[in-house]
Amino acid sequence: MKEKITPEKPTVDFTDHFPVFTAEMKRTHTILVPDMLPWHFDLLIHVMRRAGYKVEVLHNEGRAVIDEGLKHVHNDTCFPALCVIGQYLDALKSGKYDPEHTAVLITQSGGGCRASNYIPLIRKALKAEFPSVPVLSLNFSGLEKGNSLQLSVSEFIKLAYSIFYGDLVMTCYNQTKPYELTEGDAAKARVECVEKMKAALDDGSFKKLKKCAKYILNAFAAVQVSGEEKVKVGIVGEIYVKYSPLGNSHLEDFLLSEGCEPVVPALMDFILYCVINTVNDAKFYGQKRLMAVAFRIVYRWLYGKQKKIIRLMKKQGRFEPLHDFEHLRRCADQVINQGVKMGEGWLIPAEMAALAETGTENIVCAQPFGCLPNHIAGKGAVRAVKMLHENVNIVPVDYDPSATRVNQENRIKLMLATARENMKNRK
Amino acid sequence: MAKLLGIDVGSTTVKVCVLGEDGKILYSSYVRHYSRVKECVLGELEKIRPLSDTFQACITGSAGLGIAQRGHIPFVQEVQAAYGAIRKLYPDTDVAVELGGEDAKIIFVTGGTEQRMNGSCAGGTGAFIDQMATLLNLTVEEMDALALKAERVYPIASRCGVFAKSDIQPLLNQGASKADISASIFQAVVDQTVSGLAQGRRIKGKVLFLGGPLFFLKSLRKAFKTTLKLDDEHAIFPDTAPCFMSIGAAMYASEVKAETLDSLAARLSVLSDGDSIAVGEPLFRSQEEYSEFISRHMRSDLEFEDILRYRGDAYLGIDSGSTTTKLMLITPDCKILYSHYQTNNGQPLDIVVQRIREIYSLIGDRVTIRGACVTGYGEDMMRAALKIDFGVVETMAHFKAALHFNPEVDFIIDIGGQDIKCFKVKNRAIDSIMLNEACSSGCGSFIQTFAKAMGMEIEEFSRLGLFAKHPVELGSRCTVFMNSSVKQAQKEGASVEDISAGLSSSIVKNAIYKVIRARTPDELGNHIVVQGGTFLNDAVLRSFEKETGKEVIRPAIAGLMGAFGAALYAKENTSDNTLLSTLASEAELNAFSYSSRSVTCKGCTSHCNVNVLTFSDGRRFVSGNKCERGAGLPKPKDLPDIYSFKYEKLLSMPDADAKGERGTVGLPVQLVMFEQLPLWTTFFETCGFKVQLSDRSSRELYFRGQHTVASDTACYPAKLMHGHIESLLDKGVDFIFYPCESYNLDEHDSVNHYNCPVVAYYPELLKANNERLNDDNLIMPYLDPNSEKTTVRTLHRALKKYKLPASLIRRAYRAGLERMEAYHALVVEEGRKILARAEHEDRQVIVLAGRPYHADPEINHGISKLLNSLGLAVLSEDAVFEEGNYVKVNVLNQWTYHARLYRAAEFVTHRKNVNLVQLVSFGCGIDAITTDEVRAILEGSGKLYTQIKIDEINNLGVVKIRLRSMLAAIEEQNRRS
Repeated sequence: MKEKITPEKPTVDFTDHFPVFTAEMKRTHTILVPDMLPWHFDLLIHVMRRAGYKVEVLHNEGRAVIDEGLKHVHNDTCFPALCVIGQYLDALKSGKYDPEHTAVLITQSGGGCRASNYIPLIRKALKAEFPSVPVLSLNFSGLEKGNSLQLSVSEFIKLAYSIFYGDLVMTCYNQTKPYELTEGDAAKARVECVEKMKAALDDGSFKKLKKCAKYILNAFAAVQVSGEEKVKVGIVGEIYVKYSPLGNSHLEDFLLSEGCEPVVPALMDFILYCVINTVNDAKFYGQKRLMAVAFRIVYRWLYGKQKKIIRLMKKQGRFEPLHDFEHLRRCADQVINQGVKMGEGWLIPAEMAALAETGTENIVCAQPFGCLPNHIAGKGAVRAVKMLHENVNIVPVDYDPSATRVNQENRIKLMLATARENMKNRK
Repeated sequence: MAKLLGIDVGSTTVKVCVLGEDGKILYSSYVRHYSRVKECVLGELEKIRPLSDTFQACITGSAGLGIAQRGHIPFVQEVQAAYGAIRKLYPDTDVAVELGGEDAKIIFVTGGTEQRMNGSCAGGTGAFIDQMATLLNLTVEEMDALALKAERVYPIASRCGVFAKSDIQPLLNQGASKADISASIFQAVVDQTVSGLAQGRRIKGKVLFLGGPLFFLKSLRKAFKTTLKLDDEHAIFPDTAPCFMSIGAAMYASEVKAETLDSLAARLSVLSDGDSIAVGEPLFRSQEEYSEFISRHMRSDLEFEDILRYRGDAYLGIDSGSTTTKLMLITPDCKILYSHYQTNNGQPLDIVVQRIREIYSLIGDRVTIRGACVTGYGEDMMRAALKIDFGVVETMAHFKAALHFNPEVDFIIDIGGQDIKCFKVKNRAIDSIMLNEACSSGCGSFIQTFAKAMGMEIEEFSRLGLFAKHPVELGSRCTVFMNSSVKQAQKEGASVEDISAGLSSSIVKNAIYKVIRARTPDELGNHIVVQGGTFLNDAVLRSFEKETGKEVIRPAIAGLMGAFGAALYAKENTSDNTLLSTLASEAELNAFSYSSRSVTCKGCTSHCNVNVLTFSDGRRFVSGNKCERGAGLPKPKDLPDIYSFKYEKLLSMPDADAKGERGTVGLPVQLVMFEQLPLWTTFFETCGFKVQLSDRSSRELYFRGQHTVASDTACYPAKLMHGHIESLLDKGVDFIFYPCESYNLDEHDSVNHYNCPVVAYYPELLKANNERLNDDNLIMPYLDPNSEKTTVRTLHRALKKYKLPASLIRRAYRAGLERMEAYHALVVEEGRKILARAEHEDRQVIVLAGRPYHADPEINHGISKLLNSLGLAVLSEDAVFEEGNYVKVNVLNQWTYHARLYRAAEFVTHRKNVNLVQLVSFGCGIDAITTDEVRAILEGSGKLYTQIKIDEINNLGVVKIRLRSMLAAIEEQNRRS
């Protein structure tokens, strides 16, 4: 390690002035959140509102959003940044929000991927037209001190449960919707479950994991379904385009319209992935040992809950359970090293392998055009996954403001054609 | 009995096929649809009416999806259609390659079925060939015929049309033969298919070639056969190739319900226009609005003088552009005597000679040409050939011309055939320059190519857009993307008018938001002059005014501004009005002729393809060379260049005499290994290994590894790594050592010290995609070089096989780090020397700031030498950043290599004679973030910011313009201060 020389040089400050989110603003400001996972976010927002923040999820989309993004973001910057910034600006321009009393929120991972730099990009974009709008960070790496969301431990616990329940609702919904006999039943169950969970978050019963999970499982199990077999298509990839309908041109809807069952891995897997990476860093490089101990505890706690849900799902029997995260890690080890920790890193090939194992051999790997970690862990790892699972049928799809839907859908259709063929041959 | 009907609606063509019950082909056709998809399909249906009463129909093709959906006709994905047909008609096929209008596909039939399509950023298709033919001013058929006579093949990038153009244009301008270029284009398509599509899987066995281009183009067939080493038995070119997909679709139709042609046609003909395409405002709402617009722009015009009557002095300006040649002869009071604007057709010198001859014949002895000046791509060649007095960098020429029309001008934008140039002007001097990067080039020539594809002349095509009611929104990115946006619009039923208007607005948006990167139109300034041939197009001009919300000045000679500026430059710089111009005289011109030949320069290891023009008076002009050696000139006095210094120092690290009792380790010289060569060389030598470095980078080396490249949008240094690995494998080293490093060395000046994801984990990608690599011959431990303890432990484990004691590893690792520090100190020391010498000689210094691995000459394409040839001393970011202060920047400062950039920039702000040029790898996502920050640091203290994007293409011409413009601007700045 290079020795640190006592800095005889001064530090020159090139930073622009930007508005800071002060304590009072919690009361006066509406915080805008970009759209990513509508049902998860519904619960998360609910928790934040109870914590006293005025939060609103943006649902605006369309060409205007993309155009705003294009105007304010560098050509080569990732598509997710462009979508998010586009949504903020389009919303602020709509007149619905008072720029003097509005802030925007973004998550920050602090990893080696440029996604950690969304905050400065957003600040720069806002500076041109809405200089008084502060940007809030939601992160667990101690970045942006004093400008991040202040939540108590119990509120963080609530958020964690929200994600678990969101994942469960999403997974059950995806496995029910394509087969429902009465159009709209699955959606009804979904609304019902989300409302029930909100109530549980309010009255404290959310901690009764078994009861809540069972409620969700039973609600979806009650939906009448047909027994037909449909092509299952897994969606993996960069976190934003994997989940966000704005980012992936409504990929799930498209797959449903093609008569497929979309299989979307849980959001909690990504959280666990982030947590375990800190633990791994300590193991690999001896970094931040103390923090790693704390993260290890968080990991064990979260993983324990996940295991419990999986057990309940297995017991219930109707649904293909969530991925077991420890198993995902073992899947990763067959294909790539867990040291690949930037962006979605090793999680992508791990999910591909886990999906293939559980009968979802058809996979869309959604990635923003030119995404750096995806070169390695997305496109770059496809061949390695194929060596392990001969029949896996993966299509990497680039998402980009100018890549047209025809182009994307045509590629997916090609994958689906092979998928249908494989299904026929198996019979 | 119903017949089977297959309809394949591609991006440019419609293919129809009718099969009988026995599978016999009763009818097949292949027609271009010129974007009128619906009409074309209906027309084709009429032709098959006599064949049967009822049909079972199925549609396929990239543009067929929408029609099929809305017309409720079954659809089959085109690769799937082809696959079905292959298995029925050519069951012994191993691989099928299909090139279509905008798609390229490959189907591996045996050995694990796999079907692939080109990614969204991949040219190398029929449309690409069309585009190139337009550029060469040939028909595709002519190009095909010419290519068969080619003698040599140049390397041309085929990843996307824009890149290929940048490769081809210099070749054209240098006078390379069209036959050779045509062959090179076809070869590029083949390379793209083999590398971009096959991605590591070998194309072998019986190969079926499908699709229009592969059927019609003999040269393309030949190139495929040669490259894939196929004999006649293994390369199959079926007669049904052009309409093969439609046959496949027809086969799929066997399960479809039969219906009459009328019911089918009825459903198709009522198809409404799509509703999901975004539309913009019309350009003009009324004829009056248009007339007002026209008359306003009529005001900006120059006066004319009759060349047949005028007596006196005159000045000649020539703008030898990339696609067009412009000439202008003016009087001392700036009246036009003569002007000319013409497409090059690849022969710019011929055109200029011809025109000057014409000028001489027109002026007789009444007019004396006192001075002449040339600007543009062809500047050097024209000057040499025609003994022209002055050469001026084109940005300067355009600026001079704009000043003439509005002395208060504060913003100039020039959109030409291939370039977009913008200048901001302060105090009557250029303040900053923006040129388009290779990727966002969708400029003027794009409309032209498109107009041709629609079967129209460009004037007619753009006029159609003027009164379009619903211009489509096509996005603002590069040509290839726009092509597919257009495809989408067509699918949705947009009219040619709407597409034309949409294209104009795309070009403008591209310029404003992508090249200028303006956030609001106000940033552009208040006195805007627009110029360049593309602005003569009223639709583009109107789109620009609408987008900016400003009325701008478009001189009537918008397309001739470069030539006019050159003429003005000649006038201003001719101090003595009694002397004649040195321009070749009428007699000399009449005797003038030239011949060109291309040779490989053997001056150094670069082996540039150089072009030698020999003029009739025996003089020679050499172009295409990266350095002076190729031009047969003596090297200019050895100017300091730290890039070569670093490269040679690093490559000389290994001890050639090392015995290597434990074996030989191979180190690939790129990415993270590049700067860490001292560390790992010393480490392994201390441990008793012999160190073998990979070959020096070259284009050939890149091609050697190209078939294992998994993601063709990664940066060039990464893609080049594949070749380095191949070279090490071929050398038979015991193992390759290439660590994965999430973290680089902590230099204590940033929040974190990451490597970028590509640099950090590239070994993973190599291992997953190169079948020759395995756990034994590629050792890729995960290391953090800052942590000795864990690194020693990890290395110990990774090199278990060699039973090295941990103490030896620790000692070796420490020795390695020391050598690394010594190397760094050496670079810093050399940097100090260079600075001191430059100060002494009063020489300008450029800090060429990139990444350590940019020191590889194949990556930087010899830009450091080019800077030397412009009389500049060259430093690098790692030589100076420690002299700079610590910085606090807006962005998260968390990458070791990038943190150096900020400090290097900070250093530059304190030095008068030092400027910074940032080298940016194409596709580097992190640089998208650093560039704005570096710019802000520099501009904050009044320094110019210049950025050069580098990729596999080697087009120093554009780089030179940029650098010369920068120098001119610095000069202006210095003059003012």
